[in-house]
Parts: sequence; C-alpha cells; structure tokens
Amino acid sequence: MNLISLFIVSLLTENIVLTKFLGMCPFFGTSKAEKNALSMGLSVMIVVVLSSLITFFINKYILIPTDTVYLRTIIFILVIAAIVQIVEIILKKYYSIIYKNLGLYLPLITTNCAVLGTVLLASNNNYNLIETLVFSIGSSLGFTLVIYIFSSIRERLEHCNIPKNFKGYPIALITASIMALVFARFVGV
Amino acid sequence: MKQIFKTMVNENPLFVLMLGLCPALAVTTNFESAYMMGLCFLIVVVVSNVIISVIKKLIPDNVRIPVYILIIGTVVTILEILLSKYLPKLSEQLGVYLSLIVVNCVVLGRALSVASKKDIAYTLKDSIGIGLGFTISLMLIGAIREILGTNTITFMSSLSELTGYRAVYKVYPAMSLLPNPIFSSGAGAFLVLGFLVALFNAFKKEENHESD
Repeated sequence: MNLISLFIVSLLTENIVLTKFLGMCPFFGTSKAEKNALSMGLSVMIVVVLSSLITFFINKYILIPTDTVYLRTIIFILVIAAIVQIVEIILKKYYSIIYKNLGLYLPLITTNCAVLGTVLLASNNNYNLIETLVFSIGSSLGFTLVIYIFSSIRERLEHCNIPKNFKGYPIALITASIMALVFARFVGV
Repeated sequence: MKQIFKTMVNENPLFVLMLGLCPALAVTTNFESAYMMGLCFLIVVVVSNVIISVIKKLIPDNVRIPVYILIIGTVVTILEILLSKYLPKLSEQLGVYLSLIVVNCVVLGRALSVASKKDIAYTLKDSIGIGLGFTISLMLIGAIREILGTNTITFMSSLSELTGYRAVYKVYPAMSLLPNPIFSSGAGAFLVLGFLVALFNAFKKEENHESD
C-alpha cells in the first residue's frame, strides 16, 4: 500500500478511537481539559512509536522463527510495560519539566488498549518496518487529534444546560457519536 | 446470590463505572459476537481473579501489577488458542479485541481492588457479578444495534460450526427509516451506549428516591 495513503487512513478514515474504539478509557477519562488531553496524547505517541518498532523486531526475529506467535499478547504487553517504565525513568532524569506535565499519565499507558491494539494490528497486517513506523505515527497522531478536539468540545459542554440524566458520560458519548459521523465522511475524500 | 446481583447493578462495569468500553463498542454489531465476547470476558475475570486471590500471599507487593497482568495474559492466551481451534470464524470476528481483554481496565481493576484483598469466596461472587453485568450490558447493546442496524437478530451463526444449528431471524418488515446502517457503524455504537447510560441513570435515581 502507498505509504501516504496508509498514513491518511490510519490518521483519519480508520481513526483508532472513533472507528476501532481503542483507548476509550483515557478518551473519556482525561479529556475534561485541553491541556491534559494534549499531555496524554503526547505520551501515547512516544510509547506507541517506540513499542511498535521494538515489537516489530521481536515478532520478526524471535517469535516467527521459533514458531511461538501464540505468545504474542503476553510478550507484547511485557514489552510495553518495560518501555513505559524506561521512558518514565529517562524523562524523570533528563527532562524534568516534561516529566512534571506527563508524569501522571505515563503509568496509565500500560493498560491503554490504544497501544497494545496498534501493535497487534500492525503485526496482524504483516506490515514491514517502514509501514509499521508510518502506521504507528499515523494512529497515535490520530489519537492525539481526536482527544484534543473532543476535550475542547467538552470544556464548552460544561457551561451548557443539559438534561439531568444526560450529564457527564451520556452527553460525552453522544458528542463522540457525532464526531464519529464526521470522521466517517473522510472515507470518500 | 444477593451479592452477585448487587455487584451486577451497583457496580455494572459499563453503565456505572464506564470501564472496558473498547469491546462494548467494537464487537456489538451483532448479538452473537456481543454475547460471546461477554462470555469470554466472564471466563477471564472469574478464572484470573480466583487464581490471584488464591496466590495473593505469594506475590511481593512491589511487583504486584506485572504479575497480575501475566496471570490475566495467560488466561486470555489459553482462551485465544481454544477459540481459534474450535471456532475459527468467531475468533476472526472478535479479532484483536479478544487479546485486548488483557489490558481491559475492569479485569485489572477488580484484581487490584477485590482479589488482592478479600477471600476466595467473596472474590468468586464479585467476579461473577461483574462478568454477568458486563455480559448482559453487551447483549443489550448488541441486540439494539443489530435490530436497528440490519433488521436481524443472530442467535447462532458462527457458533454453528460447533452446534450444527443456525439461528438468524428477521424482526420486523422493512420500513422507510429502518433498518438504518448508521447503527452498525461507529457513530451508532456511541449513540446507543449514550442513551442506555442516560436511561440507567434515570432508573437509578428513581430507586434512590424510593429508598429515601
């Protein structure tokens, strides 16, 4: 597949949040303020790109030759947990300003299905190294984009007069539904 | 029995805690994959939480979370292998979402908040309650989305590989507005869940009023 179209598809038309429903917990949990959403998106991007590269090599040079692909899920989650841990340590030591902003969100990423989902999808589709890289950057950028737009809508929703039973999550879900409709229209472009 | 029911309603993972949304939205396009997903989830929650509750004294506190994830991952992997052997069509339908039970916040959350503290009997009841609550909510979403989206209800289609029966029914005669493919798409998933949560809130408030 053409690399540019792969990028656009993973960024917009097959957005991991709105069409594949990955990473829903942080999507609703941290999207109450624009700043939190950006921090979350940024940390997800770092972890997704790093882990999809490392798992690509593990899959190709260890799991496939030894015929142990069924262990994929366990190995990948361990790799992701290790990467999150390492990124946290490095940021804490050398970039303390970034760490102060992202620190809270990093441990949460281990159990963020957007990360494991992207990694598993890339290896399911048998992408090569460059395709994996493009796919992971596109998906995580898509995650950041959607979570940022969503958080700015939600900030405005705070001041709206919403029926009592729809306050909180229900109205957020309906907002997400309208956003999914908009993103679905990118298919024809 | 009372405890199972109480957990099912008061701590329903989907409608109250708002956790584990990924499978709830992704595999509920038809009734069958919805309840099979719920069933797989139920098995993983019960088995992994009971194992954790049995060996909780052996696990050092500071490596708790990785060990829990490994236990959950093992259970999920066994389930994956069994499904791909006996029900290959269904395991294709569930796709990555079956593997993603590993990172489902509900399973890990229960392991941390219940299985690591309470005894085995309590853990068993609690995880059955959580699993059943999740399964029933998935069935509800799946049924609504399939009836409105494609005007069918699938009780058994991929499962027929194992049972030999196929059960897919039409529900109502076609109208101008329904069936509407929007309910099978992503937007419909969010919409249906949003309205269901609002409905659940309304019922809960009424109940609270009565008990006051």
